[in-house]
Amino acid sequence: MQSVWEILEGIRRVIELFGNPVVLETTFRSIYVSGTATLLSALLGIPLGVLIGFRDFTGKHFVKGIFNALLGMPTVALGLILYIVFSHSGFLGFLDLLYTPMAVMFGQAILITPIMISLVVHAVESVDPDVRDLARTLGASETEASIAVLRESTAGVALASISCFNRAIAELGVAIAVGGNIRGLTRVLTTTIALEVMRGEIEYSIAMAALLLLIVFAVTLAINLIQRRRP
Amino acid sequence: MERKVWIWTTALALVVITSVAGTAYYISTSRREKLVISTTTSLYDTLLLDVIEDQFEAEYPIDVYFISVGTGLAITHAQRGDADMILVHDPSKERAFLEDGHGVCRKIIAYNFFAIVGPEADPAEINGLLPPQALLEIVEAGRLGQAKWVSRGDDSGTHTKEKGLWNDAGLNWTELREEEWYIEAGAGMGTTLQITEQFSAYTLADMGTYLKYYKDNIIALKELVTQGEELLNVYSGIAVNKSMHAETNLDGAISFIEFLVSERGQQIIEDYGKNTYGQSLFYPAVGLLEENAELVTVQWIKNYAFFNGYECPPQYQNGHPELYS
Repeated sequence: MQSVWEILEGIRRVIELFGNPVVLETTFRSIYVSGTATLLSALLGIPLGVLIGFRDFTGKHFVKGIFNALLGMPTVALGLILYIVFSHSGFLGFLDLLYTPMAVMFGQAILITPIMISLVVHAVESVDPDVRDLARTLGASETEASIAVLRESTAGVALASISCFNRAIAELGVAIAVGGNIRGLTRVLTTTIALEVMRGEIEYSIAMAALLLLIVFAVTLAINLIQRRRP
Repeated sequence: MERKVWIWTTALALVVITSVAGTAYYISTSRREKLVISTTTSLYDTLLLDVIEDQFEAEYPIDVYFISVGTGLAITHAQRGDADMILVHDPSKERAFLEDGHGVCRKIIAYNFFAIVGPEADPAEINGLLPPQALLEIVEAGRLGQAKWVSRGDDSGTHTKEKGLWNDAGLNWTELREEEWYIEAGAGMGTTLQITEQFSAYTLADMGTYLKYYKDNIIALKELVTQGEELLNVYSGIAVNKSMHAETNLDGAISFIEFLVSERGQQIIEDYGKNTYGQSLFYPAVGLLEENAELVTVQWIKNYAFFNGYECPPQYQNGHPELYS
């Protein structure tokens, strides 16, 4: 009963939180960092995914296997590796990226690109092979045929992007390790939750967690609505 | 189909605009002078450093970035050149940090006392004992299955202190940790206190974090052992040596240390927590040490946290003797 009350109290405080500038800033930063990470991974992952899904080549299963294996990358391990790379003693230390939002962004992009590739490959492979053949029969070039297939797999690509965004905004390991959870610079929703739990501010943490869930659900719902309006 | 393309284009444009605008904003703000401070969790999690940061930034054109990680990791950050200064509470590690050439301009900024806290029932009957006796009682009760001990187990300053206390009591920590009643949390102070509460166990706590958790009714553990030189806890600030890590901001670190040891900075430390907790969480150390009072606390600080009679031996003062006059 006590815990039910705590959660209800948390939800009531979520509503109050919308008026708090720090919360709004943190929320916006979370969306910005993870949204940009998703964009970066889309720029790399969608063309690569279409290419792998579209063509037959030796070692295709091996390549797909690698990306599937990377789906389960533990964020804490990736965070540690990236910290060592971005650290001033590391080999990318000269970029001065450690403890900046950019570092978190790149880290999250690396985390989610395998997801993007795997899901796009799957979406492209699920398109009826006749579409490609038909496009070719009609005189389409290889690139034009790819675009035709991509058009047919929009739903799958959208799902891939949303899954990636949700994974990025919900991860903690990378944001802590290369962001440092710095107030006003790299503090995002997940790192706020981790810190406030440590500080004993349980109610505030529940409220922030609810806010995070709200974003994830809202984005997923929006995409579902857009997709339902198929012509 | 037209409509769908339009919706997708709008969505994509929104994402791109957000990304570009956000990036431009961060690039524009990153031109200000930056000071990265890796800190022990007790100073940060009690919110003291947020107060100090606001006042410091109002006075200096410097953006302070705190990374709250615990003494062990804070020192590692600094050794790798990833922090401009550290705020820590582990004199033995601080000494090694100075001697390895990574740190300069160490100043003792504050002190308080650790406490051994435990359940009100106090099964090991340690209330009011001195630390070594209390620990011996806990070991005895633990081996009889009547008590448990929770250790931070995270290489923090508090963890080092705990190991030292077992040593003072004539016990071997590496053997104790294998015993069943000895629990290693591997977590920060707050989490460790919550685990201790859950197991009705004993632990070593820094007063700042303990008081916050106790007053907020998150834990009901009582302060049982609070007396004794062994429980002294001394916080220092150390700047990272620029001749070893060229990219660090030494001048900013010196400014921050100057602010901490100034009358204003020390006053913030003294006042912090009085309203909320009815007592200071940390006591200012600078005035106390400068007056060189024959107080027993000053002697304790010197025994525990001075190196060869100096808070910072001259060879590590790095041309800033004014900090020590």
